[in-house]
Amino acid sequence: MIDVFLNEKFIGTVENAQEYIAKLKEERRNRKITGTLNMHYDKQREEIILDCTSGRARRPLIIVENGASKLTQEHLKRLEKNETTWDNLIEEGIIEYVDAAEEEDTFIALYDEDITPEHTHLEIDPNIILGITTSLVPYSNYGQSSRLNRGSKGQKQALGLYVANFLTRMDTDVSILQNPHRPLVRTYMYDILGLEKHPSGQNLVIALMSYQGQNMQDGIILNKGSIDRGLARSTYYRPYSVGELRYSGGLTDEIGLPDKEVKGFRTEKEYKYLEDDGIAYPGASLKEDDVIIGKTSPPRFLGDLEEFSIAANVRRESSVTVRHGEEGIVDMVIVTENEEGNKLVKVRMRDQRIPEVGDKFASRHGQKGVVGAIVPQADMPFSVSGIVPDIIFSPHSIPSRMTISHLIEALAGKVGALRGKHVDSTAFDSEPEEGLRKQLLEMGFREDGKEKFYNGITGEEFEATIFVGNMYYQKLKHMVANKLHARASGRIQLLTRQPIEGRSKGGGLRLGEMEKDCFVAHGASLLLKERFDSDKTIVYICETCGMFAIYDSYKNRKFCPRCGANAEISPIEISYAFKLLLDEIRSLGVNPRLHLKNKY
Amino acid sequence: MFKDYKGKIPGKLLKELEQEIINQNLPKNKIKEALSQLEEEYAYAKISPGEAIGMITAESFGEPGTQMTLNTFHFAGVAEVNVTLGLPRLIEILDARKLLKTPAMEIYLKKEYNKDASKVKKIAASIKQITFKELVNEFSLNVGKNHIEADLNKKKIRDLGITETQIVKSLQESLKGSKVSVLKAGIIVKAKDESDLKELYKLKVKLKEVIVKGIKGISQVMPVKNNNELMIITAGSNFKDVLQMKEVDQIKTKTNNIFEVAAVLGIEAARQSIINEAEHVIQDQGLAVDIRHIMFISDLMTIIGSVKGITRTGITREKESVLARASFEIPIGHIMNAAKSGEEDHLTSVVENVLLNQPIPLGTGIPELVTKNPGKK
Repeated sequence: MIDVFLNEKFIGTVENAQEYIAKLKEERRNRKITGTLNMHYDKQREEIILDCTSGRARRPLIIVENGASKLTQEHLKRLEKNETTWDNLIEEGIIEYVDAAEEEDTFIALYDEDITPEHTHLEIDPNIILGITTSLVPYSNYGQSSRLNRGSKGQKQALGLYVANFLTRMDTDVSILQNPHRPLVRTYMYDILGLEKHPSGQNLVIALMSYQGQNMQDGIILNKGSIDRGLARSTYYRPYSVGELRYSGGLTDEIGLPDKEVKGFRTEKEYKYLEDDGIAYPGASLKEDDVIIGKTSPPRFLGDLEEFSIAANVRRESSVTVRHGEEGIVDMVIVTENEEGNKLVKVRMRDQRIPEVGDKFASRHGQKGVVGAIVPQADMPFSVSGIVPDIIFSPHSIPSRMTISHLIEALAGKVGALRGKHVDSTAFDSEPEEGLRKQLLEMGFREDGKEKFYNGITGEEFEATIFVGNMYYQKLKHMVANKLHARASGRIQLLTRQPIEGRSKGGGLRLGEMEKDCFVAHGASLLLKERFDSDKTIVYICETCGMFAIYDSYKNRKFCPRCGANAEISPIEISYAFKLLLDEIRSLGVNPRLHLKNKY
Repeated sequence: MFKDYKGKIPGKLLKELEQEIINQNLPKNKIKEALSQLEEEYAYAKISPGEAIGMITAESFGEPGTQMTLNTFHFAGVAEVNVTLGLPRLIEILDARKLLKTPAMEIYLKKEYNKDASKVKKIAASIKQITFKELVNEFSLNVGKNHIEADLNKKKIRDLGITETQIVKSLQESLKGSKVSVLKAGIIVKAKDESDLKELYKLKVKLKEVIVKGIKGISQVMPVKNNNELMIITAGSNFKDVLQMKEVDQIKTKTNNIFEVAAVLGIEAARQSIINEAEHVIQDQGLAVDIRHIMFISDLMTIIGSVKGITRTGITREKESVLARASFEIPIGHIMNAAKSGEEDHLTSVVENVLLNQPIPLGTGIPELVTKNPGKK
């Protein structure tokens, strides 16, 4: 007796599980029951699990029967001539979708030649074991699996031409690579996915060597000459938008040049790019805190004051300014209406981003790096033939990570560049390495891709030969210009009087718990005190009762609300956070008293 | 000459130097030099006043802790006994958990028992606990007669050398109020009168776990050869009962349960046990923490005479300062309790002073002015 469950609900029992499953499968393949049904016989639990719910991951396989694939040459020919379709193949019972549970009962051959009578299915292509982005990694069958993961993750962050109509769009936080290339070394999936139209990197000359210790630990060196010629330049877009809100009493926001009478008026200089409509003109080059869209809002509190005071009628300034630490050129202005029919203004800012120290780059093999130095072309190493690499990549990044695919791509890229033809690097089915080496030899290079190099600074020949090749390098969206942050003093929180958090608000950098521990461990007592005194305050304590006293600076008089003016009152310096803590303890109904003692 | 340095340098160091001087046959003036050098080195090795040893210890444990594997189980050594290692075990030790994930013992035998493999096997078998369910093929509940019938596995019983009377005796001892009788079919346990099916089922669960033979808590035994002697590694621990066996070497036998060590051998043994266990975990991970840090933690955990973990119910509760206690878990509880008894906080330790933004009494914060201000009367 074997229990049968359909969509995790018990529906009955069967005597012979194998027979039952075979029959069900037969009917599914003949389209008598739905193709979305998958079945699995769990021998240990003596259960048959049938499932046709949504949300399962299923994958297509070619059905194998009696040691022969059901997909014949004839089918392939017809497919090529567009006489039949994928759907037809499913309909004919040649291809079926299998879910994770049913996969347990299958025996899948990787290649046609491998099929034995025991096999139940044939893989459509070995590449199908990889996902969409992962299958774009060149020579991925030569790489470590975890690096493959990272390689595909990197590709998602690469700058490129993400859509062709980006000029008409208002996307937040996007970049366009200014002169993207199509990769020299590409996989079969690259063409299928149509990535020809959405390139996301550049073919660069890369040398594997160290350079003055500036490329240790995943640092990379960029050639200043290459950058001047436009390497990895991108345009960064950021839209700013503002709408005219309506308030009660018929009052609205007004987009326009703010009047000088307005409360919170900025300096004249900050409004200088605004035209009469209160919007900065396209082409205006703005710096941080410059006004992009001028706007005024009605006064915050409306009430009795209105009739008596002139001040109450003064509107508030609420313009949109360029974000802190950013700059750019006004790229496009849109004036439209929102759903409620209010005026809506959107302005897109554009900023050119030239690669700088701190920008992140990556190859397609999970080998990411941050620019550690930009070296003038004159100081870069050069080969016998005068080739100067665009990027210098540290050889220490290779052994522990075992990204052999990275090295093969450089070799293949070199061949591709020299012969003027793409190299196919599809996993399991790529142009073989031996062939590449042979071609390199025929074109007058060393077959291992190494070349004699000269020190760019001294002109001396390097003792070692340097591995150079062409690789498809990607500029990733993490650029320092968006991340750099430092401050001395600045805004503080109202409640705790400690610095506020976050780069966009000009916040402080937190010296955290573990950093504090370091100061303590070093015994740097006074340094620790100084680092933590951002919220220090002076409070007055009544020495008689130990509670807070009051200092009236207007009358220059100290008194304790409980003991009066005659009590001895002393000022002490504590953190504001501790004052808050005492207040909170008091709110628990506990009265903390401070007993003061002269320290010396 | 050595006399002058007595009391200034530990005796052990002096003795070592003396031995070395004899070995090297040093001339007299050199001996003097060596002694003064030793004194200097010894003074240098001492920890200076105001050194933040607690924080350094915490960091010395914390940093390697981040590199430890979260992989709980590891097959330790030759024997295939599962032992918790890595971070989970370290947390277990430092928290002073009473229930261990994998209690284990290393039982060494006296000289006359540790050579013969068959004898050792026999001893091992006698230690292993055998529960009633292991001896039973099938339990069946008879609701009508209000009893449980247990079909005994006769072969297994014979192999283990247990008699049915023994079984009945141990069953009767642990299931008070139920009648146990032996029939041809097996053992029948009669439940109390007026018990319903639910109680009968409960009785069955209880029945299954009755220990028929062996030492309670020891679920697995494994005789192992170690340096020309046979010993027994166990899963499960019962230090007290094992030490009482006549074949066991009481000096060398070990358990990883610190509380059992404390109960049987006393607090000093528990202190050493914490050191050994913690060091074992750290070394197993291929890390290195100075033994002094481990000793310091172990001292703290045992200083009040019983084993206390580094938790809010353990040593943190023993802290003097209200603010220090409140800044580590359940602050409101600590403050309210302090208010009830009118506690005072003298701000003598680090946490309180960081909270108040005062110089901490460590390192550069220690020196204080001793002179009184002559201007003040």
